Amino acid sequence: MREFSYERATDVSSAVALLETDPDARWLGGGTNLVDLMKTGVERPGRLVDVRELPLGRIESTDDGGLRIGATVTNSELAAHPEVRRRYPALAQAVLAGASGQLRNMATVGGNLLQRTRCAYFTDTSFPCNKREPGSGCPAATGEHRNHAILGASEHCVAVHPSDMGVALAAFDAVVAYESAAGGGELPLADFYLPVGDTPHLETALPPGALITAVTLPPAPVAAHSRYRKVRERASYAFAIGSAAAALDVADGVVREIRLAFGAVASRPWRASTAERVLRGQPAVGAAFAEAADAELAAAQVLDQNAYKVPLIRNLVVSLLTELAEETAR
Amino acid sequence: MTTTAQPPTVGAAHTRVEGRDKVTGAARYASEQPFDQLVHSWLVLSTVARGRVRKVGEEAVRAMPGVLAVLHHGNAPRLTTDYASMLGAPDPTVALFQHDRVPHAGWPVALVVAETPEQAREAAESLVVEYVEEPHDVAFHAGRPDAYVPEDGGAVATKGDLEAELAASSVVVDASYTTPEQHHSAMEPHAATARWEGGRLEVVDSNQGSMWVADELAKLFSLDPSSVRVRSEHIGGAFGSKGVRPHQVAAAMAATVLQRPVRLALTRRQTFAVTGYRSPTAQRVRLGADADGRLRAFGHEALNLTSTLRPFVETSAALGRVLYDARAHHTVHRLVDVDMPTPTWMRAPGEAPGSFAVESALDELAERLGMDPIALRARNEPAVGPLSGLPFSSRNLLGCFEEGARRFGWAERDPRPRMRREGRWLLGTGTAAATYPSGAAPSTASVTAEADGTFTVRISAADVGTGARTALTLIAAEALDVAPERVDVRIGDSDFGPAWVAGGSMGTRSWALAVTSAVGELRGRLALADGEIPPEGITARTDTAGLLAELAKKERHSFGAQFAEVAVDVATGEIRVRRMLGIFAAGRIVNPLTARSQLIGGMTWGISMALHEEAVRDEASGSQLGADFASYHVAANADVPLIEADWLEDPVPDDPVGIKGIGEIGIVGVAAAISNAAWHATGVRHRDLPLRPDRVLRAEAEAVGD
Repeated sequence: MREFSYERATDVSSAVALLETDPDARWLGGGTNLVDLMKTGVERPGRLVDVRELPLGRIESTDDGGLRIGATVTNSELAAHPEVRRRYPALAQAVLAGASGQLRNMATVGGNLLQRTRCAYFTDTSFPCNKREPGSGCPAATGEHRNHAILGASEHCVAVHPSDMGVALAAFDAVVAYESAAGGGELPLADFYLPVGDTPHLETALPPGALITAVTLPPAPVAAHSRYRKVRERASYAFAIGSAAAALDVADGVVREIRLAFGAVASRPWRASTAERVLRGQPAVGAAFAEAADAELAAAQVLDQNAYKVPLIRNLVVSLLTELAEETAR
Repeated sequence: MTTTAQPPTVGAAHTRVEGRDKVTGAARYASEQPFDQLVHSWLVLSTVARGRVRKVGEEAVRAMPGVLAVLHHGNAPRLTTDYASMLGAPDPTVALFQHDRVPHAGWPVALVVAETPEQAREAAESLVVEYVEEPHDVAFHAGRPDAYVPEDGGAVATKGDLEAELAASSVVVDASYTTPEQHHSAMEPHAATARWEGGRLEVVDSNQGSMWVADELAKLFSLDPSSVRVRSEHIGGAFGSKGVRPHQVAAAMAATVLQRPVRLALTRRQTFAVTGYRSPTAQRVRLGADADGRLRAFGHEALNLTSTLRPFVETSAALGRVLYDARAHHTVHRLVDVDMPTPTWMRAPGEAPGSFAVESALDELAERLGMDPIALRARNEPAVGPLSGLPFSSRNLLGCFEEGARRFGWAERDPRPRMRREGRWLLGTGTAAATYPSGAAPSTASVTAEADGTFTVRISAADVGTGARTALTLIAAEALDVAPERVDVRIGDSDFGPAWVAGGSMGTRSWALAVTSAVGELRGRLALADGEIPPEGITARTDTAGLLAELAKKERHSFGAQFAEVAVDVATGEIRVRRMLGIFAAGRIVNPLTARSQLIGGMTWGISMALHEEAVRDEASGSQLGADFASYHVAANADVPLIEADWLEDPVPDDPVGIKGIGEIGIVGVAAAISNAAWHATGVRHRDLPLRPDRVLRAEAEAVGD
């Protein structure tokens, strides 16, 4: 075990000042991913700055009718919050679909967004991995990739982002707020994760040393009628092999508003904007849902072992939207 | 002996005698025992799959904080490795640091010893080992031209002309099945602490047989057997993996070099690499039957991989030799040597993967015959061993099916597939037979009548979490006709003398024979003592070798019937088990409480085997990918539905204890029952384990495309 120092941050400005001077430091939230990676040598920080005592642990309604979720809110608190459950039920469902009760009690919202892929080549330092060691290669592309990306990947990395929570946040146009030594800023989730390209080791658009302080959900009436469904290889405590968050508003049998995002298909939560565009104004029926899914998945690039994800996501979209449409009709 | 009539002990539910210690944390496991002057060690495993160690960069590591020693092939003590133990040839990994060859990925190449575990780990992970790499081959699949029939006498069993009987059959099933590489995954990783004490090598370990380990360590280090003592008091699961493994050898080696107590506790990833696993299998089953379901031909060919170091046969084709008769009966095992670790026994070795193939094929045959799967099995029930011609000591497979069918509601089942739907789920039910040998091996035990009126039993048995200690307490109490509270059973210590291991479903049966026989001996001594018990007590000691040699040669097996109901969402590929029932005929059940848990545990393994467990081998590197519980899935609580396990009376008339052993039978047949249920739900057959969502989706697409 490599020795590291540990300190507990008490206010945001001194915390970001700490990280600015020490590129070898990492923020420690719940530690549910970082500590595992430290045990296996994937992460070897010299310093951990614990952010859980920072005053970022609240969920508040915003003036415009959205929600502002502090970065250190735990996954359990987020999923249990009455306003989350009422206004963005898919978000609560997504969080509860992830990990275990114990892990959700520890894991934070900020940490969830920044968790690393579970690609088994990435998590085992005896293998090459472009994300871990730029330029070392991607054995997954030609090796084992049953649960790897079908959208937005590159020859340099085909790993998927593991977050469930992020999929719902992507569907609801979440905005990530951060502080850094150079000042604060905001990043819409759509711009938060960088394209893979030839730099899979660069995962987010956060400035160096930045600390996520909150995630804001803009008001979205359609989100009140939303759902998350996760498909995995066992009934619980496994990462998704495909998931979807959907929100649907149907009037007179026609799709008035639709939000759709996929998980476990790309290096980031995948907002299905094409499908949404195709579906708006269309009849809320299975054939239209399938057509919309197909439009989104037309860009899919499958590998030897992960082609099943295309029909999986398509079926999931049809099933989920049909459920939501039937409930609206009732 | 001053006794009063006792309520029944054997057959009555009894909580574990060490249960309170375990739930309060008072029970210490192998890596929790304190020692003065204890130092810690860490294994370094090969990252290449074939080649030679060119250089171990020990100088840099020796300078690291706390480091005491770096052992490798260049400096390690020499071992004797060409011996046979009570379980045959040793696992090749015990030849630790004896040569520079790397026969597979994960081969131990060095051990770093340091004052703290953290220092040992950091140094071990910093150790630079240079290799001369050679091309490797880890590709396992059916039809490899280099597959061979091993010399092992049991590899082939035949009677009749298989091809002729297949040709004469009205209905033929010829199907191929695969099962993947699977790992034992005991909750407690392997750990051992070794020290020299009073001229003896003492090892505190977590194993399935302390005598087994002591015997092999004595042979490895060329020590007098009496100068090695191995203890293993509490064990957090074993499943076949906790025999003699590199951790005990490494700890003993380092303790010898440093003359200090040395501990080696494996990480989870290391347990995947160096403690054995179940080979993948590729199996072909050919069944030919008359229109009335009577089997003319039974053919089962099973292929598994082994290392280049030692042939290990996963005896998948063995259970057909017991279960079904046919005019022509051919079973054969083949091996292919690859650059992989040597497989070992794991959870119903042979029967678990073999039953998936055979019991799936039987279901396919029933479908083609338009016959109920249970009726098909009844039609082919043999009166004597199909190949041996020996009588069964007892056999009540059909009774298990009958009782299971009644309780499961089998009669109401519509045999047609894809008839039941509930929301997005298609529902189906399936069944399969189970069997496992019920052997016994020579063991010694002693029983002491203490002056205070209690009794102490000493036997080198192992309680791997099953409740064996409690079962032996009940057995001894019954034989002594005293309350269990007056019996203290001590196990897990090689000083108690030779005894069979907790393995092969033979532990409780073998040990019970020794304990009851020692009690019989003690009763004789006590009668002579005339009620006077000296302060040191009166001890009787027996060896069951003679008793077992006199046992009539018979087909001795447990039997069972497995039932499962599953739900399949063909749109997403998800399969969930809804309920399971297992009815067993497994001789005398000693402790219903722990027996039921053990059978339910076995059936839960079966769920994992059917739906989850699969080790992934990266062919390019020859290493296992995802050697952790995040990637290697076993059933989570949410995957385990209502499982009922129960048993029939199963008297074994000529047997001195009537116990058959229940360690493995719970898993046998479960994967087939689940797979058969998935067919019943969807109309699509699955012949490759596990039944993953991607496979269900692909099968559905192919079925729709047909």
